[in-house]
Amino acid sequence: MRFLMVLLLIFVVPSFGFSMHIMEGFLPPAHATFWYILSIPFFVYGLFAIRRILKENPKQKMLLAFVAAFAFVLSAMKIPSVTGSCSHPTGVGLGAIIFGPTTMTVLGAIVLLFQALLLAHGGITTLGANVFSMAIVGPLVSYFVYKLFMKTGKRTLAVFLAAFLGDLFTYVTTSFQLALAFPDKSYGMWYSFAKFLGIFAVTQIPLAIIEGFLTVVVLDMILKYNEELALGGEK
Amino acid sequence: MEKKHIYMLVASLVIVIISLVINSGAEFAGADGMAEETISQIDSNYSPWFSPLWEPPSGEIESLLFSLQAALGALIIGYYFGFLKGKRQVKNDSGKNIVR
Repeated sequence: MRFLMVLLLIFVVPSFGFSMHIMEGFLPPAHATFWYILSIPFFVYGLFAIRRILKENPKQKMLLAFVAAFAFVLSAMKIPSVTGSCSHPTGVGLGAIIFGPTTMTVLGAIVLLFQALLLAHGGITTLGANVFSMAIVGPLVSYFVYKLFMKTGKRTLAVFLAAFLGDLFTYVTTSFQLALAFPDKSYGMWYSFAKFLGIFAVTQIPLAIIEGFLTVVVLDMILKYNEELALGGEK
Repeated sequence: MEKKHIYMLVASLVIVIISLVINSGAEFAGADGMAEETISQIDSNYSPWFSPLWEPPSGEIESLLFSLQAALGALIIGYYFGFLKGKRQVKNDSGKNIVR
């Protein structure tokens, strides 16, 4: 009970939030380049993964479009959070569970590029960093959490936790990236990390729960019509 | 749709409503600009070295583009579920009961 009170207090104390992506020009050139270089191998691997998926089963083209559309819709929805600011879910957990993580690197990068070019949301210089958090770390966390918890045999739990943690860790990564670029002058990087985390992660918790629920509902609906669909994707 | 799913959807709605009620005075801004504030607290000398190539000229245009993004996605999602449902119907009764 006391824990709940503390939790509630954290939420009620007004703080400000970010929308999720790192804004254009807000990472120093060296950092921006570093995250680009780190992201490229995942992206390239993802392109091959998608090609293999479509080669093995061309019928999955539509399902691939579906998981891209799911990420598209969810990342367009800015949802109010208990902290008094808005953020949006990522929607990449679903695709990571069905097809595997790097497939979502490619699809997530497309969503991020769209938002950077047309909505001034995120940015071209920070695209590498944003791809790394939302389209690499997020899907990887979702994928492995799903695999891990499927060992318990409870699919609903596994899918919920996969989407929830994938969403949350996207923001943890963003906080880390910002902390790395802007370490606190007197207390160092981890102090900055805690500061950014306090803003990002707390705002994101309720949204991550919502993403978890939506992912369970949508995946169950897909499986209802596709009994033979094998989850887990890439080897 | 099972009962479990309906509970989940309702719970999602409740989470959003609670947020709006608890902080009814808050701005609920997306607040990208606020990030600037934290960063300038940490490093007052930093200024962004690149700015967006194009920005939506107004909040209205921005929400237009966001709703377009959501609508396109929803279109594909709806199409896919319709397709799955139709396919199953054809399989189940060889298409006899399809409404034309």
